[in-house]
Amino acid sequence: MSAELALLGPILAAMLAAATPLLFAALGELVVEKSGVLNLGVEGMMLVGAVCGFAVAVQTGSSTAGFVAGAAAGAGMAALFGVLTLLLLANQVATGLALTLFGVGLSALIGQGFVGIPIADVPELYIPGLTDLPVIGKALFGQDALVYLALAAVPAVHWFLYATRKGLILRAVGENHAAAHALGYKVIRIRFLAVLFGGAMSGMGGAFLSLDYTPMWAEGISSGRGWIALALVVFATWKPGRVLLGAWLFGGVTIAQLHVQGLGIDIPSQLLSMLPYLATVIVLVVISRDVARIRLNAPASLGKVFHPDA
Amino acid sequence: MSFPPHRLELRGITKRFPGCLANDQVDLVLRPGEIHALLGENGAGKSTLVKIIYGVLHADAGQIRWNGHDTHIPDPAGARRLGIGMVFQHFSLFDTLTVAENISLGLDQPGPMDPLSARIAEVSERYGLSLDPRRHVHTLSVGERQRVEIVRCLLQDPKLLIMDEPTSVLTPQEATRLFETLRRLAAEGCTILYISHKLEEIRALCDTATVLRGGRVVGSCDPRKETARSLAEMMIGTELSTPERLPQGEAGAPKLQVRHLSTTSDNPFSTNLKDVSFEVRAGEILGIAGVAGNGQAELMAALSGEALVPDPASVAIEGRPAGHLGPRERRLLGLAFVPEERLGRGAVPELSLSENALLSGYAREPLVRSGLVHFGRARSYAERIIGAFNVVTHGHRAEARSLSGGNLQKFIIGREILQKPRLLVVGQPTWGVDAGAAAAIHRALIDLARSGAAVLVISQDLDELFVLSDRIAVLFHGRLSESRPTHHTSVEEIGLLMGGLFNHPPDEDEE
Repeated sequence: MSAELALLGPILAAMLAAATPLLFAALGELVVEKSGVLNLGVEGMMLVGAVCGFAVAVQTGSSTAGFVAGAAAGAGMAALFGVLTLLLLANQVATGLALTLFGVGLSALIGQGFVGIPIADVPELYIPGLTDLPVIGKALFGQDALVYLALAAVPAVHWFLYATRKGLILRAVGENHAAAHALGYKVIRIRFLAVLFGGAMSGMGGAFLSLDYTPMWAEGISSGRGWIALALVVFATWKPGRVLLGAWLFGGVTIAQLHVQGLGIDIPSQLLSMLPYLATVIVLVVISRDVARIRLNAPASLGKVFHPDA
Repeated sequence: MSFPPHRLELRGITKRFPGCLANDQVDLVLRPGEIHALLGENGAGKSTLVKIIYGVLHADAGQIRWNGHDTHIPDPAGARRLGIGMVFQHFSLFDTLTVAENISLGLDQPGPMDPLSARIAEVSERYGLSLDPRRHVHTLSVGERQRVEIVRCLLQDPKLLIMDEPTSVLTPQEATRLFETLRRLAAEGCTILYISHKLEEIRALCDTATVLRGGRVVGSCDPRKETARSLAEMMIGTELSTPERLPQGEAGAPKLQVRHLSTTSDNPFSTNLKDVSFEVRAGEILGIAGVAGNGQAELMAALSGEALVPDPASVAIEGRPAGHLGPRERRLLGLAFVPEERLGRGAVPELSLSENALLSGYAREPLVRSGLVHFGRARSYAERIIGAFNVVTHGHRAEARSLSGGNLQKFIIGREILQKPRLLVVGQPTWGVDAGAAAAIHRALIDLARSGAAVLVISQDLDELFVLSDRIAVLFHGRLSESRPTHHTSVEEIGLLMGGLFNHPPDEDEE
């Protein structure tokens, strides 16, 4: 086997792992936005999920408990957002931005005692035979369970939205909340549940970063992935499959630039670190230029405050 | 002699909103198989009452009896379980979903999609309301959208069907077909509660009418024995004066010329204009009829300057090419316009009336001096409008959104007319406006034209166009028909044009 081919396996594996936090956060936000709510607090929810997941995993020694705690913390942040925007009718954009700022500060505070503490690695999957396959074995069949969970969430979210009645109702609420209310659907309850789901997914994405991907706690560990996840949802025109492509693209460029840095090519590392973000945005802007597609898939009530008596 | 129990009986229904009593001790009795009209001006409490019946709102006091039993209607799902269906004035449809998905959302036990689609096809066939369950709603005409709502109700086998202003968006032929469906339903024992402003159609369709005014029942009658005028007078409580149509003077020079205007848009929900040409001369009113969604919004935008058109010469104001000019420059050329949406386009809801007067009147009045607003003049200008057009409000400081639809419309039209425009473009001047205010608006438009201005009225209301216009043309699928003199045409002829019967053979699948 040539040296290049030997490299391909680890690169593929690293790419899938790099795409995972983005996939969690973006799929969660996709469901939230399909219900007509714009939560700009993804970055904040990821950070709080990351630090809480890490803290619990350190205390209990169980990474599973860490992931659950991360999801719960993300959902807790989302609940705060839901109360403010859905019950108290606060502006969604302002509240979402505030949630991110709050999450940055809160995670730094909680994380003070956890900087530099090592943590046991999350065990990776081993399937005899498959994992031993050359090149792709380790990449496709030797990842952590969370990577597969994120991948499985793509068809699951698609199936929920487009094949189930609950998904139809959720899309209807996002499309025209006044009409959904007139038909007797509980707009606020449905949106609250969607917001909680989005928070839990963001929290999981964050916990994946601190428990598995890095694995350690550092301030601002999500380094803008929450914002990329938000952009991904819009540029993917609210389609789960396209979110997956965008996440892979981001993961791929992340890993590629790391390897370029490793090769010692004389390009400022800051410039290279910028690349995944830049590449994802550019490619997604180019493929989402079809205005008709956006109009047909964008939830028409997105970001609008719903008042049941108005 | 024994009667079957009443289908629905309301006793002493009272509903209070902050600052107004929407329903005051309302009694209403609906019998099986009758078509019952609910009449009243805007704000008379009709919508509140039907929302209470449909469980969207709850009464503060009063009793509801359904088939002879006391009942409580907690929510729309509860109403549907009793057998009450409602077709809303503003359709509660979801544009990006299919017909079958939309209908499924309105049912409590829809079951899987495929059998549901089959049932939709079957029911729509039976009542002559053809519909393809797989089409997306945004591709449907307004008439077809209404069918979606009706079929959704019919699938639940309703005992009471509430129709809120169902024909305001239909061509006369579509309305006739709707009446056939309703009569058939009534013959099968379904009760129909019918809300409309259109008195002629209530006389043609309904067996009984209950009239509301200021939240109270002020009378009931057999509409077939009344005239449209007597019904209107019951609604408004005073005598109605209809605008006199003076014979048209000699039409003067063309003020607005539109030549081969075509538009393109990225928006899949919009209708592109195709080679539209017409002109409006000084002293005349040109009416443009058509069912909503046939390009009216695009035409308004292209005329007002909200959307620029590629060829400047395709829109000429006072003979000068204006297609490349924005709304401000076009106003300076002498154009005034009143958009269809009162709140958001015609007026800023949160601003006071004097600030709203300033928005379009600042240049021609003039309310601005060396870059600074002259608030005193803006105030007196607003007060002049309020006085001249009888706007009911508590003063020039009132927020635009606090006015009723009719009063705000009078204010907006007054704001434009007092600027003495040479050319006025109006969209839906009396949409959702009650009879008294509508008559005032009509008179103002006619007076403006007789004083030598050119007026273009784009409206879906044929009765209105026949009252106002000297000539009528029809917009269909983005194309404009030849205009014809109003006294040489009929509602039936214009109705056929509205269905697309000009230039092209009708589409086979249009039925």
